Amino acid sequence: MSATFEKPPVESYERGEKRTKGLNRSQIRRARISGIVMLLLAAAVAVLFVPNAEGVATFGISTVDDAIQLDALVVPVQATLWAIVLILGFMGASQFVKGFQRRATLILGISFGLFTIAMMVWATAGAEFSLISMLVATVSRCTPIALGALSGVLCERSGVVNIGIEGMLLGGAFSGVVIGSLVGGWVGLLAATLTGGILALLLAVLSVNFRVDQIIIGVVINILVLGLTSFLTAQVLVKNPEWNDAPIFPSIQIPLLSDIPVIGPMFFNQTIIVYGMYVLVASVTYLLFRTRWGLRTRSVGENPRAADSLGVSVAKVRYWAVVSGGLVGGFAGAWFTLGTVGRFDEGMTAGTGFIGLAAMIFGAWNPVGALGAALIFGFAESLEQKFALLDIPIPTEFLAMAPYLVTIVVVAGLVGRARPPAADGQPYTKE
Amino acid sequence: MSITSPDGQTTIEPDGGPGPSFFRKLTTATDWRTGLVIPALAVFTALVIGGIIIMLTGYSLSETLAAYRALLEGSVGSLRAISQTLTEATPLIFTGLAVALAFRAGLFNIGGEGQLLMGGMLAVLAGFTFTGLPLVIHLPLAIVCGAIGGAIWGFIPGFLKARTGAHEVIVTIMLNYVAYRLVDYLLKSALFQREGRNDPISKTIEESAKLPKLLAWVDPAMRVHLGLFLAIGAAIFIWWLLFRTNTGFEFRAVGANPSAARYAGMSVTKVYILVMTIAGALAGLAGTGQVLGLLDRASPGFSAGLGFDGIAVALLGRSNPAGVVAAAVLFGGLNAGGQYMQANANVGIDLISVIQALIIIFVAAPALISAIYRVKSTTGSTQISKGWGA
Repeated sequence: MSATFEKPPVESYERGEKRTKGLNRSQIRRARISGIVMLLLAAAVAVLFVPNAEGVATFGISTVDDAIQLDALVVPVQATLWAIVLILGFMGASQFVKGFQRRATLILGISFGLFTIAMMVWATAGAEFSLISMLVATVSRCTPIALGALSGVLCERSGVVNIGIEGMLLGGAFSGVVIGSLVGGWVGLLAATLTGGILALLLAVLSVNFRVDQIIIGVVINILVLGLTSFLTAQVLVKNPEWNDAPIFPSIQIPLLSDIPVIGPMFFNQTIIVYGMYVLVASVTYLLFRTRWGLRTRSVGENPRAADSLGVSVAKVRYWAVVSGGLVGGFAGAWFTLGTVGRFDEGMTAGTGFIGLAAMIFGAWNPVGALGAALIFGFAESLEQKFALLDIPIPTEFLAMAPYLVTIVVVAGLVGRARPPAADGQPYTKE
Repeated sequence: MSITSPDGQTTIEPDGGPGPSFFRKLTTATDWRTGLVIPALAVFTALVIGGIIIMLTGYSLSETLAAYRALLEGSVGSLRAISQTLTEATPLIFTGLAVALAFRAGLFNIGGEGQLLMGGMLAVLAGFTFTGLPLVIHLPLAIVCGAIGGAIWGFIPGFLKARTGAHEVIVTIMLNYVAYRLVDYLLKSALFQREGRNDPISKTIEESAKLPKLLAWVDPAMRVHLGLFLAIGAAIFIWWLLFRTNTGFEFRAVGANPSAARYAGMSVTKVYILVMTIAGALAGLAGTGQVLGLLDRASPGFSAGLGFDGIAVALLGRSNPAGVVAAAVLFGGLNAGGQYMQANANVGIDLISVIQALIIIFVAAPALISAIYRVKSTTGSTQISKGWGA
């Protein structure tokens, strides 16, 4: 199922043989296109933002209870915007003419970053903007996306497609709040995790034993969980509001680390679910790429027949990978209830599972890559919320759709064809 | 394990994968057991499990049976119920086809929502912008605009997939979000927003752009509209396209094995772009039917998850146009009956989603049904999708 018929992948360009001479035509075209994108960004800043920008923008970068208080950043708007236009224009022009070769992805990433900064500076002109609270929200909001993506990575590295991430999140959110209300937050977290595991067991049994189309099962999990949780909410939780009132996990300050300016409140003053995400991303990366279990899982995902002939039990490996993926998905679901509001609303995950799916592909089926993609989406979500509060002359809807458009541009322009595990989605029959 | 072109000249072998060939099963007569008994038992079993869930939430057996009687009455119990069933089925046929067609070419179209929204918006625009046109000109014009709106939103992922390799799953998901935001913006813009309103709601379409109600002469409350025939016509067209034309053969060949199709001289690029554009147009027509046939205007979230439901319909219909129509009618009946059940038996409509999910599981895994009822099943599980495509 790999795209063997396609043109040479991007890697050969990114490693860059020598100079532009070494590039083939499609690589040159790619460099031209990303150069044009950067020049367009420069033009957009110059035309959209510069004309009606004046005064200074103030960004708060310390929370009230930080140990080390930093002064707010005060940025002259006009000068900053012109500087960004110049940098973007210079980078775009050089990219267009000769190409940055292997640093092209990085440079385009920086360009989008600069554009975002320009947008924030312009939107904040004459006002004050709490940058730090937005960054804290970014890390929090990226958590369910990253964990959802991680759930997908675990399943798909073993060759089982998991479209049901959304259902696992929603199921975890629901059982987390009910058990959390009745027994307590920690038991609720455990229940959420197990719910994801049970849903994944359904995926494992049907896909491994019954060899049902994996995408069908994923879609079924999504519909089933959405229907069941909404039904139970309407029939049971509405009549018993005390079942839908769970304690919320408090933010825990990690000593010393949380005292680091900016980084501290951002990463080290979060709930247990966010810390769980750090641990899970790190440990899954280690498990997948540094242990025997990981090697077996990946081999089953790439070539189950070869793994089988070497004595690896394809069914067993897939069961382990899928169920652990489900546990991660259920744990992520707890973020929506136990991690934030403490109550369940129908369909409250609102497509986060699908964003996680996109983050998984964006991150090329790699836990760390998925986390990076999740941070971008988390940033976008919290930026959208903050901008809704600021009074700016361009419609917030366009700002809100920007991250999705950027994702399309990046996926189309640079990431190119991320390659899924070769046996992803294929049931295996022992001969 | 091979598929053959309509003229019988060319044969393409798919790239392996166990299980019986999906394509062969469609061309040979289906065993009556798997064709009828298994789906019937699947529906029955799903209803039984649904009943158990109702009873677990504190209803008695007689109340549960009353709820199911309401479900039956609300879906097929009267002409009005049948009208409602077909009204609910109409958009599902379109979005089901939009997903099924893409599956046939090895693509996974999760973008039905966005395509439906863009189609509906363009149809509404055409519906209220042109005034004074006769129905025979205005209505087709609005329908074509709707199809174009969806086609544009389908073309983008198809083009990017073909030209840059951007994964259609990411691009279609992202375009759904872009479409939601774009609709929010447009409904508050001067172009669309109804005069004198502050909330996001579009102008009402002209009388000449409305899809005629088919049964309004019997009872004005019957909402089934001409869109139903458009949907069935679209299903026949897609069947003809897939199985009776060389283009459709290329679609299926690329879906079965893109490398082989490429070596056979087919343009994979062309197929990806064409398939996604047609799929987008189909989903766009779903939105068109909703706004021109039922709503007469656009409001936020008029897609109502129909694009996602299309995935379930396509899977239940095994990506076969006739199967999609049957699955859409079944789901339409359950939705219509569910509304009636909620109103008359006080059992929440969300239970219908649970029953639908269970039906899909049992139809997709006939082995489960065989094990429960000890019926002999001749088929194994079906592979309809192709994982992440080529």
